[in-house]
Amino acid sequence: MDYFLELLIGGLTRGSIYALIALGYTMVYGIIELINFAHGEIYMIGAFTALIVAGVLAMSGMSGLSVLILASVVAVIYSAAYGFTVEKVAYKPLRHASRLSPLISAIGMSIFLQNYVLVAQTSDFLPFPNLLPDLPFLANYVGFIGSTEFIIIGTTAVIMVLLTLLIKFTRMGKAMRATAQDRNMAMLVGVNVNRVISNTFIIGSALAAIGGVLIASHVGRINFYIGFLAGIKAFTAAVLGGIGSIPGAVLGALVLGCTESFATGYVSSDYEDVFAFVLLIVILIIKPSGLLGHKPTQKV
Amino acid sequence: MLRLHNVQTFHGNVQVLKDLSIEVSEGEIITLIGANGAGKTTTLMSISGIVPPRAGEILFDGKPIQNVSPDDIVASGISLVPEGRRIFPRLTVMENLDMGAFLRRDNAEIKKDVNHIFELFPILAERRHQQGGTLSGGEQQMLAISRALMARPRLLLLDEPSLGLGPIFVKLIFDIIRKINTESRTTIFLVEQNAHMALKVAHRGYVMENGRITLEGSADTLLHNEDVKKAYLGI
Ligand SMILES: Nc1ncnc2c1ncn2[C@@H]1O[C@H](COP(=O)(O)OP(=O)(O)OP(=O)(O)O)[C@@H](O)[C@H]1O
Ligand SMILES: [Mg+2]
Repeated sequence: MDYFLELLIGGLTRGSIYALIALGYTMVYGIIELINFAHGEIYMIGAFTALIVAGVLAMSGMSGLSVLILASVVAVIYSAAYGFTVEKVAYKPLRHASRLSPLISAIGMSIFLQNYVLVAQTSDFLPFPNLLPDLPFLANYVGFIGSTEFIIIGTTAVIMVLLTLLIKFTRMGKAMRATAQDRNMAMLVGVNVNRVISNTFIIGSALAAIGGVLIASHVGRINFYIGFLAGIKAFTAAVLGGIGSIPGAVLGALVLGCTESFATGYVSSDYEDVFAFVLLIVILIIKPSGLLGHKPTQKV
Repeated sequence: MLRLHNVQTFHGNVQVLKDLSIEVSEGEIITLIGANGAGKTTTLMSISGIVPPRAGEILFDGKPIQNVSPDDIVASGISLVPEGRRIFPRLTVMENLDMGAFLRRDNAEIKKDVNHIFELFPILAERRHQQGGTLSGGEQQMLAISRALMARPRLLLLDEPSLGLGPIFVKLIFDIIRKINTESRTTIFLVEQNAHMALKVAHRGYVMENGRITLEGSADTLLHNEDVKKAYLGI
């Protein structure tokens, strides 16, 4: 039983990180029907920013929670700025081009950002300090969940609730939903669609940066390439849940994380990444629009 | 109030509006009639800023708006009830109305307007928490008109509001159009296939063929014009 719970917690932890990244894919797709291949790189840049900030702060003698908070805040701002800029530079000029052009631009952006970090930093794995605090009370009550897992799952849960409230009740959230459902009609009621698109990139990038800081603390090392696999997994999660659907991305991420965790725990860890894609294929055969995806509506 | 002067609009390389000139005075109901593909929807899309004209001028209150963004055009007082209603399908009726008031901040007045709309269309009050996409065609048309009214436009553009509706709904919609015009002095630009009904409610009319105005005059004159009778009234 304990082993099962351990795997479940491991799965939820992975799933949480996938969810934080998957939201960026799904929200951007929902608004402009683009798969933002550079999104994984935004997550990677978030982790690197946190590493640099944490390093500087450590040199200046700071420690503990303040390092985590400062590093996260700077990472979020920095990644959001990258996401915002990527949209303006690589996608906005192609808004009226054929669907293939922005997709190619996205792949180009992804390669560019990877290589930019590779050149600016190094190709080696860099150790990442565990910025997450130790929660001793956990050990007294439960044996199967560690502090980092607890913090990752808890933080993600809180963020999901906040994001849901934002999307459901704020003016910006309503504008985002309206734009996703009918862009021209949103313009016709007065929505500034360019601003909505920018906001979507900013929110998605900020969430990815938080994911980057959390997972880097958990795993303990990063390099310029971590955005690639994480990006593919998160994208898989978004498709699994139904791309364009926000609850779908979260559900897809948790299902994916748990599948990987149980499959490696009970079957074999050699094929860890294979399970993700087998799951994707099976679900898409049974339900092509994904777990919570709605059927594509014909746009006029 | 609104003046289109030699407007030329293209879809890609195809010119749809060719030297189109239309004038609308404050407080008027004008109607634009024409066959399928004449360019009626394109005219409204040009005014709204969704498909800006490549040449010519569109003046609203004397100011050029042909290069103004759609959201600023809404802000200046023009709202559109689009062809096919285009209700946000997965927003509730209430949220659709909220979206209509997107640029307004006067929450107390917005609430009043919602109540007014619920008096006008009680069925919408009943369905306020239902998703827009689940409404019937007639209900969606009421919601589309209501959504546009939530912006408190001074000029209301309507694109074939009676399309696909049964006779009872058609009558209701035209009654409402007249009411909006007389009660709140909203100027109305009505595009219609149902030329007979449209000319009955309008003060003046324009007939459009292939992106050009071929005939204009008072609604009465057009109703009795032989060409109009033959081509659009089926008499
Ligand atoms: N998005 C578009 N891309 C290319 N051509 C278009 C587009 N929209 C309209 N057209 C063309 O422009 C012409 C005028 O279309 P428009 O929709 O303005 O006509 P309409 O008078 O509103 O017709 P209907 O009564 O059928 O609604 C048509 O020939 C149509 O095929
Ligand atoms: Mg039309």
